[in-house]
Amino acid sequence: MSRAALAATLLLSLGLVACGEKPQTASPRKADGRPSDGPASAYTAGTWKAGDAVAWDAQMRDRAQGQNEYSRTGSPP
Amino acid sequence: MARMKFICDAERCIECNGCTTACKAEHDVPWGVNRRRVVTLNDGVPGEKSISVACMHCSDAPCMAVCPVDCFYRTDEGVVLHDKDVCIGCGYCSYACPFGAPQFPSNGTFGLRGKMDKCTFCAGGPEDNGSQAEYEKYGRNRLAEGKLPACAEMCSTKALLGGDGDVVADIFRNRVLTRGKGSEVWGWGTAYGKPAEGKKS
Repeated sequence: MSRAALAATLLLSLGLVACGEKPQTASPRKADGRPSDGPASAYTAGTWKAGDAVAWDAQMRDRAQGQNEYSRTGSPP
Repeated sequence: MARMKFICDAERCIECNGCTTACKAEHDVPWGVNRRRVVTLNDGVPGEKSISVACMHCSDAPCMAVCPVDCFYRTDEGVVLHDKDVCIGCGYCSYACPFGAPQFPSNGTFGLRGKMDKCTFCAGGPEDNGSQAEYEKYGRNRLAEGKLPACAEMCSTKALLGGDGDVVADIFRNRVLTRGKGSEVWGWGTAYGKPAEGKKS
């Protein structure tokens, strides 16, 4: 009886030995969305629409001119 | 297509660390991590120069080249970003980077080195644009909001310029041509006007 129980335990433990193994597949790098895709939120600046890459480019160029004091004060003497 | 770049004008930087503060506040950057910092050369000596340094989003980024798990990627706008879910925090990128941009937060009781953190050009990461998950891992995604990096936009003297490389290069070129160089840039005459002929100034 005890030998049978021991054998059953051994068989069961051998059978379940791989059940706790986690898959080891490398997680691929996630794909990133384009910033021009938005999403539009209450904090979005400018009038460009989400998904319009050309308008987003124009928004970036306009926004960059905020760093140019000559575009705000006019040409220097 | 925009190619995002930073330029720092060493003639204008006054070492106020406003860029560093803006970055920290905008992205809730943890204690001990500085995505941007101001470096001063010849500190305390007349003529000292300061420059604001962060990830320069290199066109041929050495961090990308050495990363053993290939967690880096470059967006269509030329911004070098990384996936924190893939990063193993090994630190190779920090050895490769000439600007010291990669930062490693100390996590846990024993100061375990965490996953790499660096300037994202305010473009977030691979999570959904503007999502909470993106904010928690990478900070705010200002580019998806039609804005430029907070550090450059907050710079009081406009020493730090950020945006499309062609646009910021034009701004910088115009500025340098206008102000000239050498003694005409600074000094008494520039500040108060040159003394008239035959008069005491």
